[in-house]
Amino acid sequence: MYRNTLGYRWFSGFNTALLAAIAVLCILPLIHVAAVSFSSSSAAMANQVYFWPVGFSAEAYARTLANPLFLRSLLLSAERTVAGTALSMILAVSAAFVLSRSFAGRSFYSWFFVFTMLFNGGLIPTYLVVTKLELTNTLWALILPSAVNVYNTILMMQFFKAIPKELEEAAYIDGAGYMRSLTRIYLPLSLPSLATLSLFAMVWHWNSWFDGLIYMTDYRQYPLATFLQTIIQSGDMRNTNIDPSQLQILSERTVRSSQILIGALPILLVYPFFAAVFRARVDDGRR
Amino acid sequence: MREGRKSSVRLARQLPLHLLILPSVVCLLVFNYAPMTGLLMAFKDYKARLGFWDSPWVGMKHLHYMFTYPDSTQVIWNTFLIASLKIAANAVVPILFALLLNEVRALFFKRSVQTLVYLPHFLSWVILGGILTDILGNKGIVNQLLSGIGLDPVFFLGDGDWFRFTVVVSDVWKEFGFSTIIYLAALTGINLSLYEAAEIDGATRLKQTLHVTLPALVPVILVVGTLSLGNILNAGFDQIFNLYNPLVYREGDIIDTFVYRVGLMNGSFSFATAVGLFKSAVSFVLIVAAYRLAYRFGNYRIF
Repeated sequence: MYRNTLGYRWFSGFNTALLAAIAVLCILPLIHVAAVSFSSSSAAMANQVYFWPVGFSAEAYARTLANPLFLRSLLLSAERTVAGTALSMILAVSAAFVLSRSFAGRSFYSWFFVFTMLFNGGLIPTYLVVTKLELTNTLWALILPSAVNVYNTILMMQFFKAIPKELEEAAYIDGAGYMRSLTRIYLPLSLPSLATLSLFAMVWHWNSWFDGLIYMTDYRQYPLATFLQTIIQSGDMRNTNIDPSQLQILSERTVRSSQILIGALPILLVYPFFAAVFRARVDDGRR
Repeated sequence: MREGRKSSVRLARQLPLHLLILPSVVCLLVFNYAPMTGLLMAFKDYKARLGFWDSPWVGMKHLHYMFTYPDSTQVIWNTFLIASLKIAANAVVPILFALLLNEVRALFFKRSVQTLVYLPHFLSWVILGGILTDILGNKGIVNQLLSGIGLDPVFFLGDGDWFRFTVVVSDVWKEFGFSTIIYLAALTGINLSLYEAAEIDGATRLKQTLHVTLPALVPVILVVGTLSLGNILNAGFDQIFNLYNPLVYREGDIIDTFVYRVGLMNGSFSFATAVGLFKSAVSFVLIVAAYRLAYRFGNYRIF
C-alpha cells in the first residue's frame, strides 16, 4: 500500500497543512473586516486590529442602522429580491415547461432563447431601451431587464425533461390539460430544484449593484448593493449629492466594515444550504 | 382540406403553450433583441435630441477611431491580457486543488475545506472590493505583515503592474473553490479497480495520479477549457470597477469599464456602442466556436 510509505506520509502531512492554510485564507479577510467592525473607532484607525476586535464596540452597527438612507436601501434591496425572484421564477418555470414539450414551435423558441446567450447589444443600447421605456427610478428597471434568465430556464427544462412522460400521459387520459399537468405533476415533482434555483436568483438580486447605479438617478432609490458600492468607492460620489459630513461618518473605517458585513449577512445566512447542495453534487459524482 | 383542419386543431391544442412562453418572449424581445438593433448606433452619430432613427449615419467612423485612438487600443490590450491570465490561472489552480483534496482521507477535514473554499464565490465584488481595498491599502493588514517581515509596502491597487497581478490573484481566490466542484465530481466517478490494478503493477501514488486520475479528468478539462475561450474579452467588469482608480487606468482599464465611462459618464453613446459592438462580435464568434469544439471533444450540449 502506497499509504504507508514514508514519502507518502510526508506528502500527506504537508498536503493537510497546505489545504488547511488555503481554506483559512479564504475566510481570513472576512474575519479581519468583522473584527474591525466590532472594534473601537480609535483602535481601527490606528491599525491595531487583526483577527479579533480591539476595544469591543458595536457603535459602528448602531450608527449604520440609525442611518435612514441605509435602512431605505436595505428595504429596497429586500423588495427587489422578493419581486425579482418571484417574477424570474414564474417566467423560468413557464418557459421551461413549454421548451420541455415536443411541438412544432419548440426549435424556434429554443434558438430564440439561446441566441441571447451568444450575442448581446451591450451596455449602451440596453441602457437606452430602459430609459426610453421610462423605467428609470422605478423598481421595474431592476427586475424587468434580467427577468428572463436563459441559463436557469435551460436547467429547469432539463429537470422537467427528466420527469417520466407516463405520468403526464396518465393525467392526459384523465382529462388534464397543459396547465393542470404543469401545476399538479411537474411543479410538485421539481420542488427541490425550484428551491435551489430560487435561492440562486435571490443571491443574484441581492448582490446586483450596477443596474441600480445606472438606472437610479436618485441616490435615495439605490438598493443596498449600489449604496454600498458608492460608499466603498467614495471617490466616485459625484452623482450622489450626499452631504459631506454624512459621507465622512459613512466612510469611517469601522462603519464601512459594519456596512460590508451587513451587506454580506444574508448571503452568509443562506450559505450553509449552498455548501450542502454542492457537497452533495460532488458526492454523487455528477455535474 | 382535412390537412388544414388537422393543423388548426393542433394549433388550438398548442395555444396554451404559446401563451405560456409569450411573457418570456416579450421580455427577451424588449430587453435583449431591441438592444441588438440598437447596436446600429455604432454607425451613427447619436444625438439625444434627434433620437435613434434620425441621428445621421457616419459609417465606420467610430470603429475606425477605436482602432487608432491610443486609449481604446490600450483598453483592448488590457482586456485581452487580464482575461487570458485569468483563464489560464482559473484553469490550472482548481485542477491542482482538486487533486490535492482528493488525497485527503479524513472526511470531516475534507468537507470543512470544501465548505470554506466555496464561500468567496457567493459574495459580490462590491463586498469583496470593500474588503480588498481595506486589507490591501497602504496601511492595510497585508502591508503591515509585509513591513513586519522587513519588506517595502506594495501598492497593490495603486501601481499598474501590481494592479493586474492583484486582479488575477483575487479572481482566482474568489473562484477556484467553486470551480473545483466539477473536477471533484469527476474524481468520485473514477472506478476504484483502476487504482487497484495500477497498485498491483507497482505504480506509486504519483504514477497513479498521472496515469489514472489525470486521464479521467481530461474530458472535463477539455470542455471547461474550450468553454472558457468565450470569455477572452471578459476581464471581469464587477471586479475591476470595484477595485480600480484613476492611478491604474492605463494598465487596469478594460473594455467594459471604458464603455461605461466614455458612454454613460461622458455621453459619447455612439463611440461607446462601437467599442461594445467590437466586444460583442468577437465574443459571439468565440462562444460559437467554443460550443462547437466542446461538442466535438466532450459531447457537451447546452440544449
